[in-house]
Amino acid sequence: MKQKTLFVIAAVCLLLGFILAALLYNAEREEQASQFTAANNAALVRMHSPALGPADAPVVIVEFLDPACETCAAFYPLVKEILAANPGRIRLVLRYAPFHQGSDQVVAALEAARKQGKFWPALEALLKAQADWAPHHRAEVDRIWKHLEGAGLNLQQLRSDMMAPEIIRVIEQDLIDAQTLKVSKTPDFFVNGQPLPRFGYEPLQDLVAQALAASKR
Amino acid sequence: MNAGQAAAGDEAKTWTLIFCAWLVAAAATLGALFFGEVMQLPPCVLCWYQRIFMFPLALILPLGLFPLDRKVVRYGLALAVPGGLVAVFHLLLVAGVIPESIKPCTQGVPCSETVITWFGFLTIPLLSAVAFSTIIALLLAAHLRSCK
Repeated sequence: MKQKTLFVIAAVCLLLGFILAALLYNAEREEQASQFTAANNAALVRMHSPALGPADAPVVIVEFLDPACETCAAFYPLVKEILAANPGRIRLVLRYAPFHQGSDQVVAALEAARKQGKFWPALEALLKAQADWAPHHRAEVDRIWKHLEGAGLNLQQLRSDMMAPEIIRVIEQDLIDAQTLKVSKTPDFFVNGQPLPRFGYEPLQDLVAQALAASKR
Repeated sequence: MNAGQAAAGDEAKTWTLIFCAWLVAAAATLGALFFGEVMQLPPCVLCWYQRIFMFPLALILPLGLFPLDRKVVRYGLALAVPGGLVAVFHLLLVAGVIPESIKPCTQGVPCSETVITWFGFLTIPLLSAVAFSTIIALLLAAHLRSCK
């Protein structure tokens, strides 16, 4: 009987130690991550980035997005829902993280669409049709045109704009900033400069709710 | 002391030795899970082999404790000895004693990379080698005790 008690106590102690260490470690890492982002805030928002919502909105969500990334496409409607639920209070800034092969070409096409004032419809059309033009995690820019037809774009103009040096510069700068901020997976979100404590839709919702509450005070 | 009491005392000592071996195995298992799941360090190939030998020890040894079954020493050693050999191999690899060409890690995380060093000398493969050799020593002691 005494041996059983000893065994149970030892097992419980080991498990509790593990849980405690994990909690401490995660708290420490979260703290470090937010300090790190605060130190690199300059890389977070650039003037050149496409954005939705008022410029003086109290809450700014910066999303690093790869148009060829499935999770980004799945997250997009959810992010739009968060914006719609708080009209005029949230600004969404998109940064590019074209990590998939060939995705930088698609980003160039989106930037060219932006020159024609059709960025958001083009992005939404491409995210919706992603499975067709990005099979097997490879973006194939030749297959995006038919999905852009409905957006009312001048496609000939768009193709020549894709080579524009300012568009290439935007993509390069975004990739450099992603590296500076240690963004290695997409989508990655920052809410008022704070990184998500862990990845997921709920952590994003919670962080936005916190930022909204803080702005009302 | 009569013979019955002596036998009971002997049993209690064997039990304690196996129990200590389990403590080491359980702590090593949780430690490996901490490195992998909490700190999210990807395990290299050799680490996986050591895990394969360590994790079952944490489950099998308690089966030999309740009720005390000395045969568990045999089953435990069958896991601990190969695990210890892999750990020693890993240590030699990190130390550079074993040349690059026979390194079994061709993709993913290189086994020769040192991700953690505590107090200037304590690395993950060293922790593993210490854990395996402690378990082997404790189980051997339990075995010798029951042979007498």
